[in-house]
Amino acid sequence: MGVKVMIPTPLRQYAEKRESVDLEAKTVAEALSSLTSQFGELKRHLYSDDGRLRSFVNVYVNDEDIRYLQKEKTALQQGDTVSIVPSIAGGSGITA
Amino acid sequence: MATQVKESSANAAVLSKEEILRYSRHLIMPEVGMEGQLKLKKAKVLLVGSGGLGAPLGLYLAAAGVGRLGIVDFDAVDFTNLQRQVTFVTSDVGRKKLDAARERLKNLNPEIQIDTYETRLTSDNALQILRDYDIVADGTDNFPTRYLVNDACVLLGKPNVYGSIFRFEGQASIFGFPGGPCYRCLYPEPPPPGLVPSCAEGGVLGVLPGIIGCIQAMETLKLILGSGDSLVGRLLLFDAMRMRFRELKLRKNPECPVCGEHRTITKLIDYAEFCGIRGEEMEAKPLGVPEITPKELKARLDRGDDLYILDVREPHEYQICNLRGHLIPLGDLPRRVSELDSSREIVAHCRSGKRSADAVQFLTDAGFHKIWNLKGGILAWSDEVDPSVPKY
Repeated sequence: MGVKVMIPTPLRQYAEKRESVDLEAKTVAEALSSLTSQFGELKRHLYSDDGRLRSFVNVYVNDEDIRYLQKEKTALQQGDTVSIVPSIAGGSGITA
Repeated sequence: MATQVKESSANAAVLSKEEILRYSRHLIMPEVGMEGQLKLKKAKVLLVGSGGLGAPLGLYLAAAGVGRLGIVDFDAVDFTNLQRQVTFVTSDVGRKKLDAARERLKNLNPEIQIDTYETRLTSDNALQILRDYDIVADGTDNFPTRYLVNDACVLLGKPNVYGSIFRFEGQASIFGFPGGPCYRCLYPEPPPPGLVPSCAEGGVLGVLPGIIGCIQAMETLKLILGSGDSLVGRLLLFDAMRMRFRELKLRKNPECPVCGEHRTITKLIDYAEFCGIRGEEMEAKPLGVPEITPKELKARLDRGDDLYILDVREPHEYQICNLRGHLIPLGDLPRRVSELDSSREIVAHCRSGKRSADAVQFLTDAGFHKIWNLKGGILAWSDEVDPSVPKY
């Protein structure tokens, strides 16, 4: 299935500054695995050392949170948009 | 502890002639009218932070006639604030933000009451401060305070109008509304310190907090008026570069530790610890890599020592100012490490010394042994060695 994965601003630096990536995947797990094999550095930002999706990174298929679907096993349809939405902290900007 | 200055509070049940004129563009709208304007006048809203998000929040809520505004902040205005914190003007630099904000908002609308709390919001004072208000608008810029505000709002049953920004992307929603999700439903845990890009990726387009703060102000007014479809249960995402809004569904997590059915958090906790930050010690904590001070570096360069200056900032920062170092952004270091000669003495620097400490740690692990971190970065170099180098 051809799907679009949206890369959030804080993670674009690990994905050659891309805003989105079009790829083929049948499930969310496949989409993320294809993404991290293309951009190796993204992996540690999306997954913890024990291989679980980090708790400050949410993944949506279209507008629904995969935690309330079948998590990473959620099936994808042609044309679906997978969004990665990490928590962001800024209220006024520069933090360091 | 908080200082709270009470100011004259007019009769909340009626509008004076002056108020009727001031709010006439609200009063002639059936969606607001006299009834709605009186609701605004009776409303009490607490702003946590008077920075980028707090500026439009404060200005528009004061202008709209929200009867009581509380502001929590402990900072002073500095020059770097003026690019986006439109409450403040150049002559405010150096003043307490609370003093400047109170003056500006009072000037904008003398009819309202403004209470200021010159403190960091903590687990010890949050419930006491929040208790007096109907709605909390969160304009904080860090995770410990964000979780603190969330938990305190859930415990007190107060809606928390949330906004957050990063460079040119923003989020907004309403948490803690009775029956609705909270911030922990969205993100159960904060990122560990250091994993989210901060220093290297910092910065924000000045208008962005204006847009997100205005959305928060609008949602606050709608909550008070009880009208329209609020952002409860929806996460609004805004990408300024593509000028696109998107919306995601936000569900109440039945397993949420603070608002779920089997909640485990029933009082405020240590949020610095929860976020993996050792609070007050954060600044003083040694970074654990070999360091060289700007003065030592200057002395060695003047002696003609063969030192290789490695600048790990981003190219656009190099254009602002530089020490004529070799530029390899921290993120590129792993694949460009072969450009470095481990037999030479290397001094790594960035803006403030944090990114370069990571670079020194990385290179030490990679087998480099003659390497130092420039303590305090190019900011300290400007302070201690060459004031002609601009600070940013």
